[in-house]
Amino acid sequence: MDSLQQRSSTVQEPPGAVPAYRPTPPPAWQPRTDPGPLLPDAEPLRVLGTDAVADADPALLLRLYAELIRGRRYNTQATALTKQGRLAVYPSTTGQEACEVAAALALEERDWLFPSYRDTLAAVARGLDPVQALTLLRGDWHTGYDPREHRIAPLCTPLATQLPHAVGLAHAARLKGDDVVALAMVGDGGTSEGDFHEALNFAAVWQAPVVFFVQNNGFAISVPLAKQTAAPSLAHKAVGYGMPGRLVDGNDAVAVHQVLTEAVARARRGGGPTLVEAITYRIDAHTNADDATRYRAAGEVETWRAHDPILILERELTERGLLDEDGRRAAAEAAETMAAELRERMNADPVLDPMELFSHVYAEQTTQLREQAAQLRAELEAEGEA
Amino acid sequence: MTTATTGPTAAKAAKAAGAAGKPKPATMAQALQRAMRDAMAEDPTVHVMGEDVGTLGGVFRVTDGLAKEFGEDRCTDTPLAEAGILGAAVGMAMYGLRPVVEMQFDAFAYPAFEQLISHVAKMRNRTRGAMPMPIVIRVPYGGGIGGVEHHSDSSEAYYMATPGLHVVTPATVEDAYGLLRAAIASDDPVVFLEPKRLYWSKSDWSPEAPAPVEPIGKAVVRRRGTGATLITYGPSVPVCLEAAEAAQAEGWDLEVVDLRSLVPFDDETVCASVRRTGRAVVVHESTGFAGPGAEIAARVMERCFHHLEAPVLRVAGFDIPYPPPMLERHHLPGVDRVLDAVARLQWEAQS
Ligand SMILES: Cc1ncc(C[n+]2csc(CCOP(=O)(O)OP(=O)(O)O)c2C)c(N)n1
Repeated sequence: MDSLQQRSSTVQEPPGAVPAYRPTPPPAWQPRTDPGPLLPDAEPLRVLGTDAVADADPALLLRLYAELIRGRRYNTQATALTKQGRLAVYPSTTGQEACEVAAALALEERDWLFPSYRDTLAAVARGLDPVQALTLLRGDWHTGYDPREHRIAPLCTPLATQLPHAVGLAHAARLKGDDVVALAMVGDGGTSEGDFHEALNFAAVWQAPVVFFVQNNGFAISVPLAKQTAAPSLAHKAVGYGMPGRLVDGNDAVAVHQVLTEAVARARRGGGPTLVEAITYRIDAHTNADDATRYRAAGEVETWRAHDPILILERELTERGLLDEDGRRAAAEAAETMAAELRERMNADPVLDPMELFSHVYAEQTTQLREQAAQLRAELEAEGEA
Repeated sequence: MTTATTGPTAAKAAKAAGAAGKPKPATMAQALQRAMRDAMAEDPTVHVMGEDVGTLGGVFRVTDGLAKEFGEDRCTDTPLAEAGILGAAVGMAMYGLRPVVEMQFDAFAYPAFEQLISHVAKMRNRTRGAMPMPIVIRVPYGGGIGGVEHHSDSSEAYYMATPGLHVVTPATVEDAYGLLRAAIASDDPVVFLEPKRLYWSKSDWSPEAPAPVEPIGKAVVRRRGTGATLITYGPSVPVCLEAAEAAQAEGWDLEVVDLRSLVPFDDETVCASVRRTGRAVVVHESTGFAGPGAEIAARVMERCFHHLEAPVLRVAGFDIPYPPPMLERHHLPGVDRVLDAVARLQWEAQS
């Protein structure tokens, strides 16, 4: 200690020494504007069961109800089709129907939906033919519809990669002067991907009319949210990009519809992108190929069943006298008709033309592909003769 | 430089240049830039985007002046994120634009591979033809400029292995213009590989002269010969031409085929040449193992076996990560290595 002091005291201050460093802001630094307005509320927005529900339009409530019933039936029917071998796989959205349906209803016809592989129901609720929506999962073709005709991008399997597409499309539309909005859907696991980050950053820098909609259903296959992120919420991530983050109860169809409709309207009037996180729960396993009992307790599922999106909306409608036994039966019957038709059409064997394998690789077939097409044609002819 | 395209204005400009003496030689970088400018002037849906392409005009100045002339909405400095750039281009193409994307250097295109392979290359196919992807991905590639690590990769084999992509690489100033125009006009995605060590190569081709658009998928015979065919592309074309000149002293008369397009592959031109000469060497600077030459040699062998006097040989870069600049001359196939291979073609068998 002594020697240290001694040594330091022997250090000579040079004449005209620079004054000691005092922290000041670096020259080019400008404090950012208050990020407060970008932060999500601490609690997810709820409308059902609160005073706010009094303002909800009864027609909208009934519409959401009918769509939820149809959506639930669609989920159970598609799951049943996997058991019959008619679908290779089906990632169910049972329990998440409010998110799917509200996503579709928040958009105008000219807007675009960018769904993930899980969001067949959103595409169907937007008006896509259920059979066309299922071709990816059935295996007869990757995308069974013309995306431009329905303004629904192909159901996207690589996680989060559809998000930059939504940004690019929205940006292009704005450059053209069209007031088109893109709504891009992603799961909680998908928010860890680099494409999620790049898409949000591009959207904010370009002020692109995009709404990012995260369905936080608790798990990415088996991995819970706590192992996916250390952020306070996924909606908080918005702040870092300079866009508002919103948290909503994903099982409250009215709240989800409200938040998404506001975000879409904001984007449409040039207000830029929004990140919306819906807190929901995946009642079924990840897909029919997954064993959910390995990573979650039955009690947890039961808690969420009590907060079922249909149950809580039905309670509201019944209390208000908007829905009675007849109304419930009518909705159920309409859903049953849809399911029966879906079953019947999916039970018919699809007719496939193997020669189409070579049709859509390039605008014009290369010599190499023409040669391979000739080879396959010869094989098919030989098969026909055998 | 004027903005003259082909047509009367260009003809006038060419005449003016002629009157003032020989037109100034143009570089490959200028030809590429003019290709983009002409395409942008003709078609308002063409958008150039990437890192530093706007104000700076690109690190190689290939996009110089485009932002000034067409505005930042048409030539856009994007955030620094390759997957984001290409992913956004996918969405823009979905809405009817024709994005021309610059990847700053070969090895920095890798973050965009997911978008390239899963979406750009497959979108037409996934949507049964409903959604083409008219995107050009410009990638400065290859070595020979003393670049530091990650600035000299030859990534063509990765692109070639992906169905749905066209892979094109010019070797001359004229082709740089003609092929880039064709790439931008293509309704399919084109990975446009720019041999960066040829950016400053020159040609008497005037930047104002009328310039033809070259169809994608056609190889060209750069030098006629009878003894053996050198099959090559991009940065190795000048090497092979030089080797062919040198070979004359040995009494070897070499033909040089410049592939120009790796996908689609011009079997016809290549095989016609090999059938004439009976011998072939594939020359490229990317690695040999599972490299482009493996595919090319196999194709030639399958199609020309009975015409071959010798096995098809490959002269490629070593199977090593791209070396540090002070060693790159040992890695890159030069004239001597090409001549050694030609010597190994068992000339005595000929007579
Ligand atoms: C890039 C990529 N990596 C891995 C997978 C495999 N995979 C499919 S779904 C999934 C979990 C996704 O979880 P989340 O984003 O939360 O969506 P959810 O399935 O819950 O709707 C994984 C890992 C994939 N599809 N894409």
